Amino acid sequence: MPTTTVSERLEIRSSDDVVRVRQRVRAAAVATGLSLVDQTKVVTAASELARNTLDHGGGGRVDIDTVEGVRKGVVLVFSDEGKGIKDIDTALRDGYTTGGGLGLGLGGAKRLSNEFAIESAPGKGTRIRIARWK
Amino acid sequence: MDRIPILKLGNALLVTIQVDMHDRLATALEEDLTARIVSAGARGVLIDISALEVVDSFIGRMLDNIAAVSRILDADTVVVGMRPAVAITLVELGLSLTGVKTALNVERGMSMISGRGRLAALDADDDGE
Amino acid sequence: MAPDAHKAIAELLASQEDHVLREWLRQLKEDGTLDSGRIRENEQAVQCTQILRQLRQGAQGGTVDLSNAAYEPLRDTLADLSRSRALQGFTPRETAMLVLSLKEVLFDALARQHPDDATFLAKATNQIGLLLDRLGLHTMEVFQQSREELIVRQQQEISELSTPVIKLWDRVLALPLIGTLDSQRTQVVMENLLESIVQQGAEIAIIDITGVPTVDTLTAQHLLKTVAAARLMGADCIISGIRPQIAQTMVHLGVELTVVSKATLADAFALALARQGRAVVKVRPAAPAADAART
Repeated sequence: MPTTTVSERLEIRSSDDVVRVRQRVRAAAVATGLSLVDQTKVVTAASELARNTLDHGGGGRVDIDTVEGVRKGVVLVFSDEGKGIKDIDTALRDGYTTGGGLGLGLGGAKRLSNEFAIESAPGKGTRIRIARWK
Repeated sequence: MDRIPILKLGNALLVTIQVDMHDRLATALEEDLTARIVSAGARGVLIDISALEVVDSFIGRMLDNIAAVSRILDADTVVVGMRPAVAITLVELGLSLTGVKTALNVERGMSMISGRGRLAALDADDDGE
Repeated sequence: MAPDAHKAIAELLASQEDHVLREWLRQLKEDGTLDSGRIRENEQAVQCTQILRQLRQGAQGGTVDLSNAAYEPLRDTLADLSRSRALQGFTPRETAMLVLSLKEVLFDALARQHPDDATFLAKATNQIGLLLDRLGLHTMEVFQQSREELIVRQQQEISELSTPVIKLWDRVLALPLIGTLDSQRTQVVMENLLESIVQQGAEIAIIDITGVPTVDTLTAQHLLKTVAAARLMGADCIISGIRPQIAQTMVHLGVELTVVSKATLADAFALALARQGRAVVKVRPAAPAADAART
């Protein structure tokens, strides 16, 4: 069975963009037929990561892939050219944050997703991929 | 910039969030509420989130902050109408909002504030049972 | 080197198909494959005929290697047959016997066809044996896989059936949990419970775990997640049905259920009513059932 992927890229430069990311991810989730709870999870995870990209990455982008094939789902890739994360393990632990706040972004997004992968290093920016499958 | 309206209902303030808020709007709401609690001498704040399809950690933080501030000002904060999908997601996210009281709807939330307890919620709904 | 065993099979089946079929069916009947009544004699004959024909086709492909494309129809037929038998409740033995009994029949027929060439017979028999063993293995693998898929499906059904939510009283609901609480089931349970809270306008949910066999750290986490989600919506939970052994296990594991719990559903219900400021009051003397019917 062939896999089709519809891709959409959104720039994340302001808090209005974060809202737009939520809306577009919601649309993608609905299109692949994810359950309401799963839709909510992926949109919430996207919101966390989009905000992270904005607040800690100095702005960036997200690629939203709607996948239909043997598996159906939504794949999101957030990337930025910010200062990167020095210690990923610590960052994934809840409560960690360099700014103010609850610091649940990364760990939370991971818990809400079926797949989570992160590449980041000081000076090399950050790339985070999450997926939510039907 | 649009701000979210705050209604005065008896000795409580009612906020109905119906839009997907961007961060500036949420921060403005926090400020507005804090000011109004003082100026209105409110005993409670009701936040109706029944229209919200997503509550992320930013909004969660906002709700916690509002609850903390109103507690200092001797007022209760009750968050009402959370949707099941949102509740499940928040728990998975790791946000349990323990500093915030919760109720199923505005009516019950109001009784919690005026009666300062869940028992009062029952009296409000009973038909002389 | 393996003699043209495939040729031997092809020839055998071409010249002695009827005989082989008859012997095979007789052998199967003797083994009792028709006793259970799950398959009728003529049905079995049709299946066996097809298998023999496709076996000949495969052998005509020039090899006894089962992975060869010539054997694909045979592989598919055996897979379909095996799958349907797994779902219909055939025993593994009945399914395996189908192929294995053919072995003996083929050996006998081959021996009768080449009575004087012992060397050839030995090698050909060996090759046929290998081929049929692999066919038997293929059949059993599919059988096993189908059974496992069935179990998974049934588990899902049970999962959905065993999370009923009951309205105990005005704004009090009960959720009797039965079976283990893994993370997938917890999702289903949570969704059911929360939807019911909205529908019934419940403010107290009693989660009864009498039917939950063990409460380890993971189960406790799942329970606590459910309680937290209900609270976010404005309903308080009470856990009931914690058996003494469960309580002990929890203490030993260091599991802490930070939620109000009661030993029995009845106690939990009483607590729920008390919280609501309600009491059960006797209004008139108890009436025997017969009188009640007349009232």
